[in-house]
Amino acid sequence: MTDYRATQERDRGQAPGAVSPAPGTGGTDASAVTPGVTTYPAAIAGGEVGGRPSSLASDAWADLRRKPLFWLSASFILLMAVVAIRPQLFTGQDPYECDLLNSVKRPSSGHWFGYDIQGCDYYTRVIYGARPSISIGILVTIMSVIIALVLGALAGYYGGWVDTLVSRSADIFLGIPFLLGAIVFLNAFERRGVWVVALALTVLGWMTLARLMRSSVIQARDMDYVSAARALGASDTRILVRHILPNAVTPLIVYATVTIGIIISAEATLSFLNVGLQLPSISWGLQIQDAQFRFESDPHLLLFPSLFLSLTVLSFMVLGDVVRDAFDPKLR
Amino acid sequence: MRGGVARAVNGVSYTLNPGETLAVLGESGSGKSVTAEAIVGILDSPPGFIPKGEVRFRGDNLLALPEARRRQIRGQHVAMIFQDALSALNPVHTVGSQIGEMFRVHRGMSKADARKRAIELMDLVRIPAARARVDDYPHQFSGGMRQRIMIAMSIALDPDVLIADEPTTALDVTVQAQIMDLLAELQRERNMGLILITHDLGVVADVADKIAVMYAGRIVEEAPVHEIYANPAHPYTEGLLASIPRVDMKGQELYAIKGLPPNLMHIPSGCPFHPRCPYRRDDVCTTKVPPLYDVGPARGSACHFWEEVLDGSNR
Repeated sequence: MTDYRATQERDRGQAPGAVSPAPGTGGTDASAVTPGVTTYPAAIAGGEVGGRPSSLASDAWADLRRKPLFWLSASFILLMAVVAIRPQLFTGQDPYECDLLNSVKRPSSGHWFGYDIQGCDYYTRVIYGARPSISIGILVTIMSVIIALVLGALAGYYGGWVDTLVSRSADIFLGIPFLLGAIVFLNAFERRGVWVVALALTVLGWMTLARLMRSSVIQARDMDYVSAARALGASDTRILVRHILPNAVTPLIVYATVTIGIIISAEATLSFLNVGLQLPSISWGLQIQDAQFRFESDPHLLLFPSLFLSLTVLSFMVLGDVVRDAFDPKLR
Repeated sequence: MRGGVARAVNGVSYTLNPGETLAVLGESGSGKSVTAEAIVGILDSPPGFIPKGEVRFRGDNLLALPEARRRQIRGQHVAMIFQDALSALNPVHTVGSQIGEMFRVHRGMSKADARKRAIELMDLVRIPAARARVDDYPHQFSGGMRQRIMIAMSIALDPDVLIADEPTTALDVTVQAQIMDLLAELQRERNMGLILITHDLGVVADVADKIAVMYAGRIVEEAPVHEIYANPAHPYTEGLLASIPRVDMKGQELYAIKGLPPNLMHIPSGCPFHPRCPYRRDDVCTTKVPPLYDVGPARGSACHFWEEVLDGSNR
């Protein structure tokens, strides 16, 4: 594989690597070629010696594979995902099967996390609490990413009044204080389940992702390959979907990972403030709220849900961080 | 930001016949690329716009056609290649799929057929081991090879007119010659009209049939290639030719045209070249915009004193 490339360059009367960056050149070289585009300098920088076609994704993967933080956060997220999908695998008990006689019993060998006020097995409750927290985090992020993809791409690509409309709407929503807005919005609902809370958080949280997408699309829109595609007869839709989006979507995906963590903690905050999920739903935020007045006497009530919440949020943040680093050629 | 309207191109007109090569020559900012973008219809608008003018292709005014029809013409009849092939190729798609895209968009071919055609085209532009490299990404090719791929894309549908916007500027000298040879050969074989935009007088001499020299958004001289080299009819062309380093002038100071290219927001009154012109006469040149005078068969010069320039008395 390497050989023919070298020969071919020699045949063309060029010193090997005279024009194309030498394999394995550092990020400085690569980013000097076109600053601003996240995607392809990464691909250059990682060009492997004698390698198979290296793409941005495969380079990032090679980078990630060597990072313990990636494995740590990813495996914890995976674990929590399984917990959220099938809590039955981790506990044989029914979270609603409670006995007031056991109220606030301390952790013991059979019941590692003890019991809550209602006398329910706290381990089971915490395990079942993962599902609403994580599903809200993921739901909100998916909805925000869809909004960001559509609005950001349209605003960035067409500019003009579309851009003005989208950008000013984002400004207006950013002007709403997050908690105040959430409290007002959520108080309008009698029953607040996962979907209602997710909707509130999406309405108040889509702007950052949309702005990110917009600027990323603007950057890609001015690239020569977009002009080239247009000069060779591609339609607007084709240019946007095939040429701009794949080059603009990376920062969005990376930030979306971080967003999941942010949203999970936002959901906990809202539930804690009594405007998020309601009993009898089970969620970490509700458990923390329950624990707030008795954490001096029964610290385990606060400890376990907080621990799970913090670790989950932290994992998403860390994962977002390492993924961003892996996709960012300037940090190579 | 808002400083007014810059007339990047003003009163430019040229004709290209099938199989003919026209070189558009000029320094940075003279409007040569903007003219090309306007012809192809990829002028960024806003901020760019065309207040008036016509682009006639086989009798149709392209500017008046609906966008859908123009899009069919782009790529199929008029194609364009760019200066920097690396940034003109999409980094996230393989070269094969980018060349094949031409057939899929315009001809509705299947993926497999398009890929086959892509390999044929890569062979045609002489990329070694085309079959093995069709699934490689643009960054895995050298600069010259990338430009070949760009050329393969642009000639995929056998266009009638190919516009090459400084196709060799980003390449080193040996590769430049190969790319020019390839372009010239493809043009001969396919009887394509070629518009070659460049600021490099050396590149055009062997390839072009005629030359249009642009300055400050206007054509200042138009002539068959040999005549312009032998005897320029405009002081700007004369200055350009005198600026080429020559072996027999070794040791002497290089000639440079005095002054700077004009700011397109404030193009000088009268002849735009007058502040830098050695032939200037203050009464005429600062007040009257020179038309493109007919100075010979198929020759034009936008200089009030073209006879003097042709005479060469001032050189």
